[in-house]
Amino acid sequence: MRGQALEAVAGNGLIDRRALLGRGMVFAGAMSAGVGPAAAGAEPLADDPWSLEIGDPMSPYQVPSKFEAKVKRTLSNPNNEPRNSHARTPHHLLEGTTTPNGLHFTINHGGVPNIDPDKHRLVIHGLVKQPLEFTLETLSRYPLTSRVSFLECGGNSAPLFSPEPMQETVQAIHGLVSCAEWTGVKLSTLLEETGIDPKAKWLIAEGADSPHLSRSVPVKKALDDAMIALYQNGERLMPGNGYPMRLLLPGYEGNMNVKFLRRIKLVEQPQLSMYEARTYSQILPNGKAYRFYFLQEVKSFITYPSHGMALKGPGLYEISGLAYSGTGRIEKVMVSADGGQSWAQAALQEPVLSKAFTRFRMPWRWDGGPATLQSRAWDEGGNVQPTRTEFVAARGELTKPPPILGFPNQHYNSITSWGVGSGGEVKHVYA
Amino acid sequence: MFTPKRAILAASLLLASTAGVSRAETPHLGKPIDEAAIANWDISILPDGTGLPKGSGTPAQGAPIFAEKCAACHGDNGKGGAAAALVDDRQINGISASQKTIKNFWPYATTIFDFVRRAMPFQMPHSLTDDEVYALTAYILAENKLIGANDAMNAETLPKVKMPNRDNFIIRFPDRI
Repeated sequence: MRGQALEAVAGNGLIDRRALLGRGMVFAGAMSAGVGPAAAGAEPLADDPWSLEIGDPMSPYQVPSKFEAKVKRTLSNPNNEPRNSHARTPHHLLEGTTTPNGLHFTINHGGVPNIDPDKHRLVIHGLVKQPLEFTLETLSRYPLTSRVSFLECGGNSAPLFSPEPMQETVQAIHGLVSCAEWTGVKLSTLLEETGIDPKAKWLIAEGADSPHLSRSVPVKKALDDAMIALYQNGERLMPGNGYPMRLLLPGYEGNMNVKFLRRIKLVEQPQLSMYEARTYSQILPNGKAYRFYFLQEVKSFITYPSHGMALKGPGLYEISGLAYSGTGRIEKVMVSADGGQSWAQAALQEPVLSKAFTRFRMPWRWDGGPATLQSRAWDEGGNVQPTRTEFVAARGELTKPPPILGFPNQHYNSITSWGVGSGGEVKHVYA
Repeated sequence: MFTPKRAILAASLLLASTAGVSRAETPHLGKPIDEAAIANWDISILPDGTGLPKGSGTPAQGAPIFAEKCAACHGDNGKGGAAAALVDDRQINGISASQKTIKNFWPYATTIFDFVRRAMPFQMPHSLTDDEVYALTAYILAENKLIGANDAMNAETLPKVKMPNRDNFIIRFPDRI
């Protein structure tokens, strides 16, 4: 049996990740065992029509093949009714660690503003020695730095607060997180020019969008790794992601990364804006509520295979997923195919960057029987992704399934489980 | 004339300018602007009332403004519609965010003024006068029985409104503040 050629490292078919390095050998081994499609009776190969005619002209800004039309974000408010709008990233249709700009998740609270970059201004004032005004043009002349950073809505993964597993894709469940390379000016550089009054402990960041969205950020974070981001994966920010400039707070709750940034005011005390006083304060089982849940904590989920897919027969598969932590680098990801009874360490795609998506992969030989796939991540700060039981004990769960587009609670980071049935169908399960 | 005293002064100037240069490896292209020029943008209200403008409003003054500009989404008397209820007596039971109301959750009344002024009405944000915002804030607070029916809200009275849930919050990451 060919499975014997592959070194099992955990239950239900998980194979040593080092098999990924010698993948050719693994497949060669399988071939030499005489398994493979029969060659007899194959149709002779002919030229297809596109090989016999000139192709289309190029476009100045190319978009994906028309055959990839299904690779798109799902919209919560396509008609722009007077409420907020979400667009979720299709993680099940993507690979690697970079979210293409057109597929980066977006939440806007009053539509996407049309900002003239020549008229946009950023003002820094309040408890500073000299208030200053910057234009996009002047900021572009500052020393620029680039870093890869994930951005995650505090409400991402909220369907997992449901008491029963919602039958939804990884896009619906985890689509409010994305990862890009951001380029811009370090906020500390600008604050060095304005000077900071020692009394300043917070800054209020405010956008030029219609809700004038504002959030309070500790000055400590501003002086650490905060950036005024101007570019996203090499091009100017997408309109929905904050064009022409946004605050980037690596590892912090998405809503704090204020888009369309036009004003930063240094103050002694936090503002308790509506978004921090109400929306992004989370009710706890004891009736109290968290405030200032800045960090997006260590999390991982499997993107392939995942809910809604169907495996085409037993054989070798590569489990693939994403891990990230607002604390720093991902240290390791463990994968289980038997609902957490046994675990094996996944291979991490290099480079493993701080506060960025880390792609993990795990070879798996599916024997055609039931399987429950899980991933669990550890970060360099020693934080571990909780099991669902641990998470629910601390944070509670809902009494009934919520609307799939709702945000019944936030900062859910426990394990996601995908159940594989004997027919190969993949469903969301709790295990 | 060269003297030791001048030498020390020159050396210290050199040090200062060297330090200045090392700090000044940035273009210094920010344009100085004074707070008066920022005033129209400076709409942040802090919980202690910092930033509250002049003006005043009562629940009675707020009622007709609410009916005209807010009720279409928030329902008659703020009881809820396409947008959230603003007047709601329910108690929190369980962890669902859908139960959060001004009365049972919002810790500071200043947040109402801040949010209404900057973001409401949804289609015409930052269009209300400060008196109108005070009146609407007073109306919402009075309908929730958090202030008296005749209490005027202004820069002095609004920060003093004690919200029931104020002391019920836990700072999740105090070490990061």
